[in-house]
Amino acid sequence: MASAFRQAKREAAGGLMVGPAGEPRTETPDKAGFSRQETPGRPAVGPRTEEEADERERVKNFRGLSVTLRRVTKRFGDGPAVLSGLDLAIRAGQFVAIVGRSGCGKSTLLRLIAGLEAPSGGELLRDGRPAAGLDPYTRVMFQDARLLPWLTVEDNVTLGAHGLGKREAKEKAREALRLVGLEERARDWPSVLSGGQKQRVALARALVGNPRLLLLDEPLGALDALTRIEMQRLIERLWLKQGFTALLVTHDVGEAVALADRVVLIERGAVALDLEITLARPRVKDTGFAHFENRILDRVLEPDDRAGARSETAYDI
Amino acid sequence: MRGTFAGPFRRFEPVLPWILPVLVIAVWQLLGSLGFISNRVMSTPVQVAEAAVRLTLSGELPHSLAVSTWRALTGFVIGGSIGFVFGLLNGVARLAEKLTDSSIQMIRNIPHLAMIPLVIVWFGIGDEGKVFLVALGVLFPIYLNTLHGIRSVDPGLIEMGRVYGLGRGALYRKVILPGALPSILVGLRYALGIMWLTLIVAETISSKDGIGYMAMNAREFFQLDVVVLCILLYALLGKASDLMAKGLERSWLNWHPHFGRQSAKRPAA
Repeated sequence: MASAFRQAKREAAGGLMVGPAGEPRTETPDKAGFSRQETPGRPAVGPRTEEEADERERVKNFRGLSVTLRRVTKRFGDGPAVLSGLDLAIRAGQFVAIVGRSGCGKSTLLRLIAGLEAPSGGELLRDGRPAAGLDPYTRVMFQDARLLPWLTVEDNVTLGAHGLGKREAKEKAREALRLVGLEERARDWPSVLSGGQKQRVALARALVGNPRLLLLDEPLGALDALTRIEMQRLIERLWLKQGFTALLVTHDVGEAVALADRVVLIERGAVALDLEITLARPRVKDTGFAHFENRILDRVLEPDDRAGARSETAYDI
Repeated sequence: MRGTFAGPFRRFEPVLPWILPVLVIAVWQLLGSLGFISNRVMSTPVQVAEAAVRLTLSGELPHSLAVSTWRALTGFVIGGSIGFVFGLLNGVARLAEKLTDSSIQMIRNIPHLAMIPLVIVWFGIGDEGKVFLVALGVLFPIYLNTLHGIRSVDPGLIEMGRVYGLGRGALYRKVILPGALPSILVGLRYALGIMWLTLIVAETISSKDGIGYMAMNAREFFQLDVVVLCILLYALLGKASDLMAKGLERSWLNWHPHFGRQSAKRPAA
């Protein structure tokens, strides 16, 4: 009964989905509803016919989690509000990038959605239901890889698949490592990997449990330019393939435009700009790309320009 | 990390630590047999070796060694366990720390060897007193380092563990304890040193057997060779426990770039 309730809620939320091969999005609430049974942790009814099995295999990918924030406020102690009355609705399966200057509250927003912090006011909904605390279907990729140095690469990835049987978890971990191209490093210690490889392991660990929501907290911030591009492509590919909801916090506007369906600019704890990126995938850095990048950058830099103008005037006098 | 030796020195690397001790013994023997060092001040290495053989054959040396080792290890296990449990408890529970930490710190600042007179009154000169003192001595380094180790586990890793759905038990088993292990092993190594020191002092002051007693007894009869033998035994026993600690570090911390022998357990082929 609870499942039926959730399904109804989800359909109401309108699951916008991404096809496995990145075809144009179509609204398929019935399939989305079907996929509810495929989410991890919920016993699936065994497929009766081959046709049904095929169908299920196809819709398995439609399984993002929708997130809604209503007038969310967050303050730490008696300090000023980091987030003040923030409204944001993220559709299931959408790739949203949050940009903003450092200290604007974008990381706090991510931690709220992850359940690592509780809002001081307002409401957080997951799949249309009020949510509190950590969510078993949500995974976070941090700026540092946060691999356990005393576990091998493979065991680190297996950590993301717990709840499964030992053998199955191991198999899944191998598969996830294959996805990120690090299968042959499975038995190495994390300390011998490069920064980019560590983040790839972290990505494998995040994806091995088939998350419905992946939160990325500037995971590529510390990587060199080439590795970043490589990782961006990998993240995009895996998102297209698996259909989870993705939320990327970044200060790199180019990265946001390259990856996201929608870029949200946070300023002084509230949404200052909410822009759908209508470019086709895979994205190339053409004039359309530059248009979106400039629009966002202009908006980000606006207050600073005014300040710059003021100081220039002062200097002239 | 320090580099290894290159070129012709590489072959001799395992012998290098032994060059100095062997040289010292050779010079010592030379000076003794040439008469530069009086027999009344110091025995020569050969005399010490003879004493070792004599006492081994008489059974006195093995007995003393066994008695002392048993006391040392028993005290170590008791004190180490208590220190570890309190370190663990106070590292994870604020209430426990508030209740016990300041008391433990007060007791820690009493030199435990100052308790010897009291311990003799309480336990006499048998095993119990020595075990008690050793336990008291090793408790604090293990306690402090366990506590410090747990406190210094990267909070980012703990947060990661929570996000990835680890329960409290799994979090301690997979994240907190392994993270604290390097620090705990430092405490262990330090405690092993204190273990021998405490035992030797306790046995030298009041005992009816053990290596310390053997040394004091020999002094009464002016058997300098036996006294020197006992001192050398301490050096060897200390070295042995240090090797043990090093071995533990190497096998438990093989993931650590500083301790690991090789970077990975790569699959064969």
